[in-house]
Amino acid sequence: MTMLYNIPFIAVVAMILIGLYAVLFKRNLVKIVIGISIIESGVNLFLITLGYRWFDPNGGVAPIFTSAPSEALQNTPESMVLPVPQALTLTSIVIGVAVLALMLSLIMHIYKHYGTLDVRKIRGPEE
Amino acid sequence: MSQMSKIVRTLANITFPFIMIFGLYVIAHGHLTPGGGFQGGAVAASGCIMLLVAYGSAWTYEKIKVSRLSVFESLGALGFIGTAFFGLLFGGYFFNNFLVRTGIIFNVVPETGSTLADFNTAGVLPLMNFAVGVKVIAGLFVIVLVMGLASSVKEWKQ
Amino acid sequence: MSLRTTVAVVMFSILAVILVATAIQLSFGAPMKTEMDDYIINNTQNQTGTNSGVTTIVFDYRGFDTLGEATILFAAVSGVIMIFRKVKK
Repeated sequence: MTMLYNIPFIAVVAMILIGLYAVLFKRNLVKIVIGISIIESGVNLFLITLGYRWFDPNGGVAPIFTSAPSEALQNTPESMVLPVPQALTLTSIVIGVAVLALMLSLIMHIYKHYGTLDVRKIRGPEE
Repeated sequence: MSQMSKIVRTLANITFPFIMIFGLYVIAHGHLTPGGGFQGGAVAASGCIMLLVAYGSAWTYEKIKVSRLSVFESLGALGFIGTAFFGLLFGGYFFNNFLVRTGIIFNVVPETGSTLADFNTAGVLPLMNFAVGVKVIAGLFVIVLVMGLASSVKEWKQ
Repeated sequence: MSLRTTVAVVMFSILAVILVATAIQLSFGAPMKTEMDDYIINNTQNQTGTNSGVTTIVFDYRGFDTLGEATILFAAVSGVIMIFRKVKK
């Protein structure tokens, strides 16, 4: 029964495995880029899930003091969720956007030069 | 890309100010509610990209040049680093918060555990929020504009 | 199936077994070391004057990481503009 609480971690493992299947076994370049983006979403979810702290009646509260509920303000450090992993996830999301923009620009250039998007027909510099 | 029909253009004109006001609200209240520079910048940039999709990339490129938008991005980055260097002049170490108790604006310290929001509170944080917000808006808009323009040149279609 | 597909399937299944066996044993809702976050939550309103705990970490306690992130955004935008330039022959 206590294994039901681990559902966020099982969701993280499922997202990483689906993304890894798309990177290894597909032939179109756009599908490989979609798989890389799914892996990055799974890693961001894992970072946020690591910092959750359980408090007895209703669960943890966000670490913000504006209009906080009164029973969470009385025992302050133990009722709030850890704020440091959330700040690191912000940086990781922005890095994911930057890498995705550069990958899509390179795919447009490859399509103009070769005419197809099949990975097995695009070879190295041997012409 | 080419222009869309009249209905799409009219609806994009109507909903554009609401999206921009919501994005600037999320940027400006970064020290009181969840949000800040990066999140509000992404919301406002998606409003600008909606206008770009409705009006076509060729028409938009005649009104706004890429070289003018890169001035905005450089201003945002310089504002962020300049605020960090001013902390070195006034306190003694890099990224010093020099406006918290002894400053001209943003110098009120809230009580411990209070639950009402006061806009005048945090020190350097609202200035840094605005600088990063302008930088993110300009950066994301330039990325989508350049990619949309490059896919409509004659030699890319086969 | 060729040799390459067989090696890929074997590696994928080994990684799946390792990841699932780790995810079941983790404890949800009870992190181990929390002294740094307790110090930050207790002293946010005294030292920085902010009501929000996440924004003051991004811009005040760990502002150097935000400087690196702004540099990455700038490098990505300049890389995208450089790929689509017109080359004069």
